Amino acid sequence: MSENTPVLEMRNVDKSFGPIDVLHEISLKVHEGEVLCLLGDNGAGKSTLIKTLSGVHQPTRGEMLMDSKLVNFQNPREAHDMGIATVHQFGGTYPLMSVGRNFFAGVEPTKGFGPFKIFDRKKANRIAVEQVQKFGITRITDGDRLVGGLSGGERQSLAIARAVYFGARVLILDEPTAALGVKQAAHVLRIVNEAKKRGLAVIFITHQVMHAMAVGDHFAVLIRGAIAADFRKGDKSREEIADLMAGGESMADLEASIEGYMETHGGHVPPPAH
Amino acid sequence: MEMMSALLRRPAAASILSLVGVLAFYVIFGGVDLGKLLNAASWVNYAARIGIVAIPVGLLMVSGEIDISIGAMIPAGAMSAAIITGYYEFPMIFGILGAIGIGVMVGLINGILAVRTTVPTLIITLATLVAMQGVVLAGSKLLTGSASVPLTAPGWAKTIFGQLMFGGSHQVIIVWWVIFAVVFWFVLHQTRYGNWIFAMGGDKESARNAGIPVNRMTIVLFVLTATSASFVGMCHAILFNSAQVSGGMNDIFNIIVSVVVGGVLLTGGFGSVPGVFVGTLTFAIVIKGIDFTTIDRNWSNLIIGVMLLTAVAMNESFRKLALTAVLGKKENAGDSVVAVAKNN
Repeated sequence: MSENTPVLEMRNVDKSFGPIDVLHEISLKVHEGEVLCLLGDNGAGKSTLIKTLSGVHQPTRGEMLMDSKLVNFQNPREAHDMGIATVHQFGGTYPLMSVGRNFFAGVEPTKGFGPFKIFDRKKANRIAVEQVQKFGITRITDGDRLVGGLSGGERQSLAIARAVYFGARVLILDEPTAALGVKQAAHVLRIVNEAKKRGLAVIFITHQVMHAMAVGDHFAVLIRGAIAADFRKGDKSREEIADLMAGGESMADLEASIEGYMETHGGHVPPPAH
Repeated sequence: MEMMSALLRRPAAASILSLVGVLAFYVIFGGVDLGKLLNAASWVNYAARIGIVAIPVGLLMVSGEIDISIGAMIPAGAMSAAIITGYYEFPMIFGILGAIGIGVMVGLINGILAVRTTVPTLIITLATLVAMQGVVLAGSKLLTGSASVPLTAPGWAKTIFGQLMFGGSHQVIIVWWVIFAVVFWFVLHQTRYGNWIFAMGGDKESARNAGIPVNRMTIVLFVLTATSASFVGMCHAILFNSAQVSGGMNDIFNIIVSVVVGGVLLTGGFGSVPGVFVGTLTFAIVIKGIDFTTIDRNWSNLIIGVMLLTAVAMNESFRKLALTAVLGKKENAGDSVVAVAKNN
């Protein structure tokens, strides 16, 4: 795969639910070993975008490409099989199940044969603890431990380690740091960096600019379902991004200009600012 | 101490403590002769009757759903067998298949409605409960003109489903209960399907995203609960040579109380088959064991109420313990990491 082929790309994707348009002409790409930060306030269409990327929704118009080949995911399973893993805010983990059982939920290792195939608990626990520790979570040492006893950051890390272990190429992280304290958020960010180092393409959704700046290579700001700004690391200062996102003057300007542009251009959105 | 806390963290802990508590209460305040109680058949028979249904209901509740239509399915199974074989005099095998078949059918209806609609399963199965009560009563009246149908089962059917054992008064249904318990224990705690059931109860959406066939599993679980109930009804019809239409309302609550005392979380995601097994035993001892005490049997419902609250409170605190109490054994854990490192 050449350096310049994006792992996952969206071209002019629209998504409507009946008469309601949620996403407008979204174009974005993410490469191996790169973190794309999707910034946007609540209601900006982030979750619809994630669900479209991960196969829950199908685009109404536009195309999605993986390794420059057109793809059309009918369900999350298909996206998952192509290597797109989504980790949600609370990690998609089951608090009352053990670390080992969580790690292998849906893909349990078994031993024995025929109707007597049993869940290989020892193997599951060993691999789960190993993988999580590789990501620097040294506090998890017992695979029988219930996940509900872990901190929020540890649960996120477990989910990320799980996705990486099962061969994810694109990691979609949905507000992984939103519910976390400073220290734990730093923890998760370190793990995002680790995933990036291993060559994964990461799509990191957040509304915390600090967190995005810490790991992002490439940023896209989402406002009212359209990409309002698209820039690389170092192109904009923290204040500028925060302004873009957090509804300062420039946010209001942008919204007004997008709406104005759409009115005069037959419903199309302006090309993103660089 | 370590062993103690490890034991308490098992999902069955509260039900075992409840059992010990109830026995102690009966011995101390009821003057029960323990030997006599343990030899008696009444409570074991009763435990088997509700236990066969309680185990699949427990699995269903671990997966985050509930089925109360079981109350109508016990008489439905009994009446199907009695009408087909007793009234129309078809061979017994058709009566058995009819009873199982009606369980599978209602289970499928429950399951398909549960996965196709967003109606809570409490409501769905409440509807099928009431509907089946109507079908059984009206159907029986229409076909036989009576709400009570006699049934003379052949010897082989009696031996397999209805016999009394050891020449005494223990019913063969007890053996079925143990078989159910072992099979479901294996499925829930030793196979990947068990893991799926826990995951479904923990977070259905994540389970679906992890590729677990949530819908198929839900339908199968509903078929198991309804069929186990019609199976119990059929066994009773064969044993007692007749079947009556009844509401089965008591059975619903008795079964759900047994499951909850057995440590299954009402909201799903936690529970165990051994827990439900012991929970059912405890419940049966309270209800039927009171006859062996000097206590007036009318008090038994009070005891069940108190036991239910105590058991649930214990379950809550043991679960908290399970969530927090593992940091204590850092030393051992460290060793195991070294061992893991060596293995590689």
